[in-house]
Amino acid sequence: MEFFRIKRDIPFMSYGKLTTAISLVTFILAVFFLFSKGLNLSVEFTGGTVMEVQYQQPANLADIRHRVETLKVGEVQVQSLGTSRDVLIRLPSKEGTSSAKLSEQVMGLLKAGDAGVQLRKVEFVGPSVGEELVSHGLTAILLVCLGIVIYLALRFEWRLAVSAIIANMHDVVIIIGCFALFQWEFSLTVLAGVLAVLGYSVNESVVVFDRIRENFRKPGMRGRSTAEVIDNAITSTISRTMITHGSTETVVLAMLLFGGPALHGFAMALTIGIVFGIYSSVLVASPLALALGVKREHMIKIVKPKEEAVV
Amino acid sequence: MNRFPIWKYLVIAVVLIVSTIYTLPNFFGETPAVQISSTRQSATVDTALMARVETVLQQQGIKPAGLFLDGNSLKVRFNDPDTQIKARDIIQQALGDTYIIALNLLAASPEWLSKLHANPMFLGLDLRGGVHFLLEVDMQAAVDKTMERYAGDIRRELKTAKIRYGAIKRTGNTALEVQLRDQETLNAAADKLARSLPSLTFSSDDQLFRLSLALKPEEITRIQSDAVSQNITTLHNRVNELGVAEPVIQQAGPSRIVVQLPGVQDTAKAKDILGRTATLQVRMVEDDPSRVAEAMAGNVPTGYELLDEASSQGIQKILLKKDVELTGDNINSAQPGFDQNGGASVDIGLDSTGAEIFRSLTAENIGKRMAMVLVEKNKSEVVTAPVIRSEIGGGRVQISGSMNPAEANDVALLLRAGSLAAPMNIIEERTIGPSLGKENIEKGFSATLWGFAAIAVFMVLYYRVFGLISVASLGVNLFMLIALLSMLQATLTLPGIAAIALTLGMAIDANVLINERIREELRNGVPPQSAIQAGYAHAWATILDSNVTTLIAGIALLVFGSGPVRGFAVVHCLGILTSMFSAVLVSRGIVNLWYGRRRRLTAVSIGQVWKPETK
Repeated sequence: MEFFRIKRDIPFMSYGKLTTAISLVTFILAVFFLFSKGLNLSVEFTGGTVMEVQYQQPANLADIRHRVETLKVGEVQVQSLGTSRDVLIRLPSKEGTSSAKLSEQVMGLLKAGDAGVQLRKVEFVGPSVGEELVSHGLTAILLVCLGIVIYLALRFEWRLAVSAIIANMHDVVIIIGCFALFQWEFSLTVLAGVLAVLGYSVNESVVVFDRIRENFRKPGMRGRSTAEVIDNAITSTISRTMITHGSTETVVLAMLLFGGPALHGFAMALTIGIVFGIYSSVLVASPLALALGVKREHMIKIVKPKEEAVV
Repeated sequence: MNRFPIWKYLVIAVVLIVSTIYTLPNFFGETPAVQISSTRQSATVDTALMARVETVLQQQGIKPAGLFLDGNSLKVRFNDPDTQIKARDIIQQALGDTYIIALNLLAASPEWLSKLHANPMFLGLDLRGGVHFLLEVDMQAAVDKTMERYAGDIRRELKTAKIRYGAIKRTGNTALEVQLRDQETLNAAADKLARSLPSLTFSSDDQLFRLSLALKPEEITRIQSDAVSQNITTLHNRVNELGVAEPVIQQAGPSRIVVQLPGVQDTAKAKDILGRTATLQVRMVEDDPSRVAEAMAGNVPTGYELLDEASSQGIQKILLKKDVELTGDNINSAQPGFDQNGGASVDIGLDSTGAEIFRSLTAENIGKRMAMVLVEKNKSEVVTAPVIRSEIGGGRVQISGSMNPAEANDVALLLRAGSLAAPMNIIEERTIGPSLGKENIEKGFSATLWGFAAIAVFMVLYYRVFGLISVASLGVNLFMLIALLSMLQATLTLPGIAAIALTLGMAIDANVLINERIREELRNGVPPQSAIQAGYAHAWATILDSNVTTLIAGIALLVFGSGPVRGFAVVHCLGILTSMFSAVLVSRGIVNLWYGRRRRLTAVSIGQVWKPETK
């Protein structure tokens, strides 16, 4: 079997204008949704209490909501979770009441309605913890970017490093934009997924850059323009790109399908991240590097003088 | 050209053997057990106890599957959970309260594995069920409490030295001021207090005869670190009362404490006991009828406080002086018991300072009432307010009053567990029911399995023998990762399982890179042996670069993440390291074994290598 039978180099760079336009539009849309709809932040960030309960028979959500509302703690969310027997209850944090009391009060009320109800999970986070998480999360993203830029700048060239990180931030913004658009819950685990995407998709750019550098060194590529060299690099790695991403996507989809609700958000972030990761590393990072004016001389500098002498 | 020196094969073989050994315990599952341990010096866990437990169980017709001593605890295995619970009750009855008896699950792996310290992975709370709390110590309260204690000390010192003094006022967060009568008493007081309270700085105002005392800065930091460590000790004691097999109680940051109670079923009770921040105060009751009437009318005199007293007739109001004579700090022990009338009581033992204070307090106040006040979360409640009949020396105190045996038991438990240096608030809580934990394991496992299976099928179809080799090295990667996690006893959580699955998906990247490179070389007409050589050589730089960048992200997650993010990051980082080893060294090893020896290799099985017709 051989999926990719490409006879000649695909002129990826000539699509540069089109892909930049597409990226720009999706990026702006993502930012727009992020600001207009906002993220549906999980209890870890906002503070409050989340409870998961399980009933023996299909649960009556209206009745549960009515019962919980008698506590007068503010806006209460009651929704079913996967099956009709599992129910998720979200309560905002209330001054002066400890979570221990709150979740017990709720259980007391629910048990009065149906003795067969079982508490599966409680999560309570105080408001101060949430603020810390947000600041730590942002610091983490910033440091990851910085670390990657420094490493790539040392290993390759700053123009490639910058274009790789822009391409990847574009992925991250689009993932977060999707979470805002569909109002999926953005939890700590999702943040972990987003950061994993950041590391993973730089991976992809590295493979392409590696090829570009190698091509610049090849004697046979001497006469070609930078755009042609990049086209050749992408074309010769495209098979590997698709297969690798396909494999990772398979695992992530398995997680999405079989991992249950606890892994759902994480798997979703990765699913989107990998799809955009392919696109951005091939069609965003490389045109950007070209636009930044990457040239043969920038890359050859790293080559040892001995090899240079042979050529 | 594609041959490894012997030592490389040896390294691979050793890694494989070690990985297999340390992965093995994870396949044996767990057996129910009862864990017996002791917190007291007097009650030792030794072979004598082991024999005792065995006899007791035999008398009741229960045959344990095994008994063994492990450090400071005795572990008794059983064949099924029913026997385990029955045995727990029997042992509890036989040994009494001196020992902590907890249900536990032990690895069912054979003994030789345990001797090698090969244990199954340590599962996090989200996989085994339990409670996780993050508690924050109220540092202001710790300082307040210390200042109150100093005020009491000053009062007592001056009284015993017969120096007359006026009011003792708190003038700042960490400063006190004592009003004295004249220069002479001022000097005497300064002299006396400087000797007995060296942790304070003194300054005197000779015009107004005021002595100012302030905490030294190092004293403030000491109070804060002491508050956290004392609360940790207290929490340990309280958790012990709950009978949890492997509790985790750790300091997290300057003022926070993490408490994890795996396998706790009765989460409500756990929260109740941990969440309580009770301290006991002994204060004097004001029974002067005119003052009481005035207070009842809503005009509480300064220096007094009107509190609730729970009694069998319902809640009654009681007027107390604000001065705290004695606090829970001086309590050594507290046991539930019965008084001479058969009513429930709490028997309290005080330390020497406490006993001395209590003796002089009771001697001075015969015929008056004193109140035991339980302060919980800024809410004070009078537990009991007995009349002082006689001077009580020796530090043995019995409180009885409006209590039933269960309440007496509860009060005693809280007092015995020691008082908290400062109240704590739960700022984060996660409770996972045991059934949810099991489901999480199953789901995480099936996700990993399906992902792995899908990749394996594809790789074998697409790359044939090289695909098989890739899958084999991916399997080795999985083994190594699980072995490493078992060895380090790093906590495996659900995001950790996700990280295992993701690592597999990403690790295959290295093999795909290598295989594609080999195909490419073959396409260019390079002979197979050289193609293998060149494929691995070219792919290596790329693999290194891409893994380093992924590792950068992983380490940032590890440093800045908390809770689920960290659980993910640990496994992710380890997985990247093992995948570099397996994808490059192990797969190359197999390739070399398979193809390396053949001198005249004309073709390799790496799937179809398509060549463009026009070159």
